[in-house]
Amino acid sequence: MYAGYDMQPPDARTVRELRLEIEEFHTEYCNMLDRGALDHWVDFFAEDALYRVTSRENADAGLRVGLVYAEGRGMIRDRAFAILHTQMFAPRYMQHFTSNVRIVAVEGTGSSDGSLIKSQSNYLLLQTLVDGPTTIHQSGRYYDTFVRQGGRLLIRERQCVYDTVLIANDLVYPV
Amino acid sequence: MYSANTVIGQTGSFAKEKRQAQDFEFKWPSQGLTSIPDWIYTSPEIYEREIERIFHGRTWNFVALEAEIPNPGDYKRSFVGPTPVVVSRNLDSTVHVFENRCAHRGVEFCRQHLGNTKEFVCPYHSWSYDLVGNLQGIPFKRGLKGEGGGMPKDFKNSDHNLKKLSVTTLNGVVFASFATDMEPIEEYLSPEILKDFNVVFAGRKLKILGYYRNELPGNWKLYHENLKDPYHATLLHSFLVTFGLMVAGSKNGMITDPKGRHGTLASAKPDNVAEALDDATKKEMRNYREDFKLADGRFLDYVREFDSPWSVTMQTIWPNLIVQRELNTLGIRHIIPNGPHSQIMMWTMFGYEGDDEEMTRHRLRQGNLMGPSGFLGLEDNEAIKFLQEGVRRSPSDRGVLKLGGETTGTTTSVIDESAIRGMYAHYRQEMGL
Repeated sequence: MYAGYDMQPPDARTVRELRLEIEEFHTEYCNMLDRGALDHWVDFFAEDALYRVTSRENADAGLRVGLVYAEGRGMIRDRAFAILHTQMFAPRYMQHFTSNVRIVAVEGTGSSDGSLIKSQSNYLLLQTLVDGPTTIHQSGRYYDTFVRQGGRLLIRERQCVYDTVLIANDLVYPV
Repeated sequence: MYSANTVIGQTGSFAKEKRQAQDFEFKWPSQGLTSIPDWIYTSPEIYEREIERIFHGRTWNFVALEAEIPNPGDYKRSFVGPTPVVVSRNLDSTVHVFENRCAHRGVEFCRQHLGNTKEFVCPYHSWSYDLVGNLQGIPFKRGLKGEGGGMPKDFKNSDHNLKKLSVTTLNGVVFASFATDMEPIEEYLSPEILKDFNVVFAGRKLKILGYYRNELPGNWKLYHENLKDPYHATLLHSFLVTFGLMVAGSKNGMITDPKGRHGTLASAKPDNVAEALDDATKKEMRNYREDFKLADGRFLDYVREFDSPWSVTMQTIWPNLIVQRELNTLGIRHIIPNGPHSQIMMWTMFGYEGDDEEMTRHRLRQGNLMGPSGFLGLEDNEAIKFLQEGVRRSPSDRGVLKLGGETTGTTTSVIDESAIRGMYAHYRQEMGL
């Protein structure tokens, strides 16, 4: 699907450590989104990050459009601000579930600053409209590239590729 | 399909008008076009009549962009109204549209959004059709040797081709019709609409950037109304207003064809919004926020690539097409009606062959305005959903359309509902209402 995601992973011990670290990253990232703390969304990204949400149909065909498409932290911050302060939509709760974290490539040692780590993870996004049932809003996969800066991982690139091609009306909050 | 649609006030065969009177008749309110009855959005009977008289009637329906099927053998699974069709490019490069329904037992045989093939084969009994929809082969047509069976001797393949539709193309856009006597597409669109249509589709080859699809739980006509309603644009969309993409008082236009069925919502972006607005106007637009500043405003840049006085044109082409030119983000929306309470929207976003990498990325960045997650797009989807819930659940039975008086058609003021009234003048005629 994405170039590089079929690579052989590095040694088992590094993989285990990085997988745990990325699982923790997902937990914090999703916790931030699920409690609606979007003003902290940008803190998970590197300065030159690319963030895109797109359907599997587009990803498979190599089409570049994004349902959400942000180049750099500025655009990520603007979207968070718009959702929090300008956008009109019905109230709703979101819950993310991530699993199947797979480390696919490491450039650098993994633990040193500047290391790049490629991983993929499955996600399930549930939406609860306040006057409606809880529904599976997206079943998808993160294709991530993390960069280590100041000891911690930041997203250099996150492609959120959803199988749920026919969206139930809209996608308000980030994935 | 949309599960939130089934929640409150919605049971299986619920039809609001039947609750009002046993012998309910569909009679338009005596106030005429300033009064819109709820049953045009909620009634299954009206919906069925719309499919028959509008989508299957004398209309040109959008089915594809030629850029999606550039090569012989390319095909696209598409829809005319709610009816599944296949758009196919033959070996001689001509484009054909036929029903996606096997002539044998009715199987919707084509399941891929896009593809390339030498023939279409129904998966159930392997009946095969060529690229123009003619029946080619039937397995065991003459039965099994020694055991009989098979088709009767007088069975002719040519009596069992796929149902073919009329097809026309205009500057790379493919339209189809169930009617066999349609006027030319240029005439159907009218010079008023062609003018801006030909700005987006000017003969430059399109480059498909990708697709969005969503189900919008609202009647299909509400999407046409939305883009014939310049009034909402300045009030609902903070983004438009605040960043000057469209504000009351800047140069705008709502242009319709003489019949009132198509429309172009147009605006010219002022260079400085704050200066373009006086204090009284700012006060009326409660979503105008002078304190909003973007961290990265690149995506609102307008690259003047078009020979047009407008920076934005949103065209509604009756009955199933929206052409979006919002600054430099370009796309079409294909409306697929899905019962009175729902529509499927298929968005195809594109640029042009020859766009350099920076222009493509500009279009991708600007795409954040539109689509089911767009700063504008998601608000329209929410508002239309709210409207459908309102008309479906409430015992009140009509809406009011009095902005601008009783006129229909083209206006220069954005505080005007003439274009919606014009569309319903045409609609009433087509529907016999």
